[in-house]
Amino acid sequence: MIVDSQERYLQELLDKQARGELKAKDRYAIPPQDMPVQDGVERRSNMSEVALGYTALQARLEAMRCLGCANAPCVEGCPVRIRIKDFVAEIAAGRFDHALAIIKENSLLPAVCGRVCPQEVQCQERCTVGKKFKDPNMSVSIGRLERFVADLASAGGQTPQVAPSTGKKVAVIGSGPGGIVVAADTRRAGHEVTMFEAFHKPGGVKVYGIPEFRLPKKIVQEEIDVLEKMGVKIVCNYIVGRTRTIEQLMQEDGFDAVYVGVGAGLPKFMNIEGEYLVGVYSANEYLTRTNLMKAYAFGQGADTPIAAGKKVAVLGGGNVAMDAARMAVRLGAEKVYLVYRRSEVEMPARIEEVHHAKEEGVIFCTLQNPQRILGSEDGHVVGMECLRYELGEPDESGRRRPVAIKGSAFVLDVDTVIVAIGNGPNPLIEQTTPGLEFNKWGNIVVDEGCRTSMKGVYAGGDIVLGAATIILAMGQGRIAAKAINADLAAKKLS
Amino acid sequence: MLYRIVAHKQLSDNVFQIDVDAPLVARARKAGQFVIVSSDAASGERIPLTVAGADPEAGTIRLIFQRVGKTTAAMADIPVGGALGYVAGPLGRPTHIEKFGTVVCVGGGIGNAPLLAIATAMKEAGNRVITILGARTQELVILEDEFAGLSDDIIVVTDDGSHGRKALVTEPLKEICSRDPRPNLAVVIGPTIMMKFCCEVTKQFEVPTQVSLNTIMVDGTGMCGGCRVEVGGKTKFVCVDGPEFDGHQVNFDQMMRRMTAYKELEKREMEQYQKHRCKIGLK
Ligand SMILES: Cc1cc2nc3c(=O)[nH]c(=O)nc-3n(C[C@H](O)[C@H](O)[C@H](O)COP(=O)(O)OP(=O)(O)OC[C@H]3O[C@@H](n4cnc5c(N)ncnc54)[C@H](O)[C@@H]3O)c2cc1C
Ligand code: SF4
Ligand code: FES
Repeated sequence: MIVDSQERYLQELLDKQARGELKAKDRYAIPPQDMPVQDGVERRSNMSEVALGYTALQARLEAMRCLGCANAPCVEGCPVRIRIKDFVAEIAAGRFDHALAIIKENSLLPAVCGRVCPQEVQCQERCTVGKKFKDPNMSVSIGRLERFVADLASAGGQTPQVAPSTGKKVAVIGSGPGGIVVAADTRRAGHEVTMFEAFHKPGGVKVYGIPEFRLPKKIVQEEIDVLEKMGVKIVCNYIVGRTRTIEQLMQEDGFDAVYVGVGAGLPKFMNIEGEYLVGVYSANEYLTRTNLMKAYAFGQGADTPIAAGKKVAVLGGGNVAMDAARMAVRLGAEKVYLVYRRSEVEMPARIEEVHHAKEEGVIFCTLQNPQRILGSEDGHVVGMECLRYELGEPDESGRRRPVAIKGSAFVLDVDTVIVAIGNGPNPLIEQTTPGLEFNKWGNIVVDEGCRTSMKGVYAGGDIVLGAATIILAMGQGRIAAKAINADLAAKKLS
Repeated sequence: MLYRIVAHKQLSDNVFQIDVDAPLVARARKAGQFVIVSSDAASGERIPLTVAGADPEAGTIRLIFQRVGKTTAAMADIPVGGALGYVAGPLGRPTHIEKFGTVVCVGGGIGNAPLLAIATAMKEAGNRVITILGARTQELVILEDEFAGLSDDIIVVTDDGSHGRKALVTEPLKEICSRDPRPNLAVVIGPTIMMKFCCEVTKQFEVPTQVSLNTIMVDGTGMCGGCRVEVGGKTKFVCVDGPEFDGHQVNFDQMMRRMTAYKELEKREMEQYQKHRCKIGLK
């Protein structure tokens, strides 16, 4: 019934549009379409994806909310400048394949980006509709629309054309989003491409970090499958720097160009008392054990153990912290606290993840920060001492600085502490590649073409930007691939 | 790439030595480095093992491991011709090898395996090598012949006196350290508790001491922090900053407590695996 009336509503809008009578006011009146999600209680005990995606009808109604602004501020907010206004219009018209083609001009991985991009600080932050309502949640749901068309197609995606062989060899180090884009773009240009991955499975953070319930592994696997079908050679268990150095790859193994996309792999700790206790994990360790090695199935075929905590504190306020907290819920924790130093508005996590975490029962402890972790005689976590904070003057980042409240110490009763306060760059490449220039934080220095200080070596993603985002890594992959293809064509590299 | 097992030998009740096809690692590895292996590529646990030796021509590496958890038990059961799930490496910083003068190498239990590679390299660099090997009982002393072949002097001790002297390794270590001139370097690899006490001895005599730490590891590339130890008051990751450290700076007590982290779980899983073996007719 409801569907019928919605369908009629869409038809009326389309008719009105065809007659040239559809006004902005009519578009503002269309209710924002919620994305169907798995039930909040049920999903606490499964790993399946939480957000279920729009139906075609919902997608078209949502797309009708777009005003088609002449200046399209949304495009300015997109790191890879997807022609948002145009693809949304195609969705409204029901030409979903056209919409996807437009997205693919700029983004290779729409099924991923639609799910994990922080749209509310990118395209959707700028959206005129959201501005009109003074609420970014009222913006056109560009991410959900992107996801919708990507999912429709992924069932029968086609393999991109590959140009005739150039005889040039490209090495891609790391199989994260940046690496995937470089591999695809340089392979398309006809180069022989080998991708090296340290782990036993390719995909980067998308397989070992971001959980199944947010980004199904199947999607990442499809991207990898496409690369293989295009003829990209993927070599796992290969640690560049140790198994072979970059110099050996170029001088002995005949690679003409190398892209370094090794990510930001080194977890930061708080450096407080008790961080070595049993039951304290970095979020990377916790998520890797559960995602990649399926520790949640320990004893049922998977071999890597994870001690399932009953009362878990997660430190941090980003996506990584949300993922760890929501994973703890699914592993059966009774209480999961998210402890964050600032207030909720300052949390860098995607709004949707914050929302989902709350729905799943994660307890938000904002304006609190641990002082030390308390241990038992035999070295297990038995609690965490925290201080309460209030917001003071703005700091250099413009955010109000949290200041500890004197005498506010209290003990949180927990047996597991997961530290999710960020990652530094992995030192392995720096240790083993003399001649490659790094900045003082250990990030690789590149020019606007993602070229490094070494001829023939390019870099992008988190190892250049510091822990950033998937779309930025992809964007840099695009730039680097373009430079590689150009430099190889111009015979700048021998 | 198939990581085929080309030779298999049982060194003692629970200690096994295998030679595995891994040509890239065989070519690249240096003394002191390790690999991450898994018995099964699909669902296997990743465990670190030191590369005890390698044959770059044949493209094989030698691994020596003790049957302690499910993965090592499964590995011990793979026959020649079978294969490991994967071998990734070599990992860790290689040992700093140079001519120091006299180097005393102390090995305990399975620690003899990584020690052998280092002692060999030290000898090749022109050092006088004195080896002390310790174990609970005769049966558990591994690689004695190999050490005897390369050392200028070798002392074997057992807790129960069933072989060599009845003593702990710290006893002969103390004697050697009190000689004049003192050894220039000690390299100690073995159970954490043994390394701790050896370091107390060498510290007393101001003999610089290198230890090789064998912590929990997941990725082996610096990504998880599971392998963290406190060295000189700073957090270090064994897989990228080590595995070798200045033994006088390592916080051993903290490390020992951490090592118990997964022991209970591992024991449970091991018991299940043993039951499974019984069912399928292995003993
Ligand atoms: C839990 C978690 C949640 C996140 N959520 C989001 C989100 O919602 N939205 C978002 O936009 N971003 C998110 N991010 C950040 C995002 O995943 C990263 O910015 C992005 O993956 C970086 O891509 P990259 O190309 O630099 O490579 P990465 O994905 O970091 O992959 C690098 C790969 O290189 C491999 N490697 C490392 N060293 C070597 C070596 N020496 N030799 C060979 N291979 C090597 C690694 O094993 C890894 O597979 C999240 C990150 C984490 C950890
Ligand atoms: S800013 Fe919003 S309304 Fe304007 S074109 Fe972009 S998506 Fe449409
Ligand atoms: S094993 Fe993961 S950081 Fe060392």
